[in-house]
Amino acid sequence: MALVTVSNNSLTAVTAIPASIPTGALTLIKSITASSSASISFVDGTDGVVLDDTYSSYIFKFINIHPQNDARGFYVNFSIDGGSNYNVVKTTTCFLARLSEAGTGADLQYKTGEDLAQSTADQILNQEVGNGADESVSGSMQLFNPSSTTYVKHFISRTSGYEGNFSGEYDWHTAGYCNTTSAIDAVIFKFNSSNIDDGIIKMYGIK
Amino acid sequence: MGLTKLNNISVEDVTSIPVALGDMVLVSSATASASASVEFTLGDYKEYKFFFVNMHPSTTSFFQFNLSTDNGSNYNVVKTTTNFISYHNESGADSALAYNGGSDLAQETGDQRLGSLKTDNDANLGGTMQLFNPSSTTFVKHFITRTQNSNIPYSEEYYVAGYANTTSAVNKIIFRQASGNIDAGKILMYGIN
Repeated sequence: MALVTVSNNSLTAVTAIPASIPTGALTLIKSITASSSASISFVDGTDGVVLDDTYSSYIFKFINIHPQNDARGFYVNFSIDGGSNYNVVKTTTCFLARLSEAGTGADLQYKTGEDLAQSTADQILNQEVGNGADESVSGSMQLFNPSSTTYVKHFISRTSGYEGNFSGEYDWHTAGYCNTTSAIDAVIFKFNSSNIDDGIIKMYGIK
Repeated sequence: MGLTKLNNISVEDVTSIPVALGDMVLVSSATASASASVEFTLGDYKEYKFFFVNMHPSTTSFFQFNLSTDNGSNYNVVKTTTNFISYHNESGADSALAYNGGSDLAQETGDQRLGSLKTDNDANLGGTMQLFNPSSTTFVKHFITRTQNSNIPYSEEYYVAGYANTTSAVNKIIFRQASGNIDAGKILMYGIN
């Protein structure tokens, strides 16, 4: 057994701790900061990204995602070929609650035009995000068991966005499934017709 | 450099080990006991997540929160929010999913409601709240909550989302009842690395 050495307040030889000591079930896999980026993608096996059967589900956190152009939708898509194509067939639902800063437009509505029925198109996660200096969208998306070769791949997202044209809150809910039994190995996020000017997307694995 | 000592089964003075310990960190927790409010100090995590466990009021009223940009001297940050609820009566007679216009805020400084609570002994509220990047001096501060409460004889689920419309850093958060004390309950605050 290697001797554990004490080196400036760190235990340098420790590679594992007893199972009786909790280590947490949420593991940060990758954090990417946008800077006028056309998109942000997470590809299994690339730049330290793990998107396989290591974890049973994955969570993506969106922190102040800010579009370069005003009133742009924020989208997700999935790949089964390592990011060569983001065109997985999806069936989804989406609805939102909204209220403007003027106190008008209070609403809870299903967004028929933004859901997908067996479509390969990008799926919206929030609509018309503003590009004002303090405007952005934040939230999260959970993807379940992407490496399964038995089941379709479910995902659930909820985001809070500053809507540019409406000048108010869009609480946007999206859920659905990638209708494939092939393993999902890459995920991409982007705005429509706009770069991601600023923001952080973090990817976590859930044990 | 302080000498690191082996102390029975603990190792004192160790500040790091080369093993991942998880990226959801319990920053603070508070157990209410006839408490007028529960407050937490916020820092630089990009996301905070709060868990509400068995929140129970002394008076029938709304459980709510507010934010401060001056270290708790004032809880009056301007907010625009949405709220919708689903509910179902224990008798099965009444259920709905609906926008809840009475509990949203449009550029208002008042507390944001997170759920309606009764004082029945077994009535309480549970749920979570995410607060994104409160220390930013660039962006407004988004938050997302989902709570389930026993507004007896109703089961109610509250969905609240919105933003604190300030580019000042938000450095304190307060939870309290609209009337009376938080009789019991626990709030846990996690920072997400």
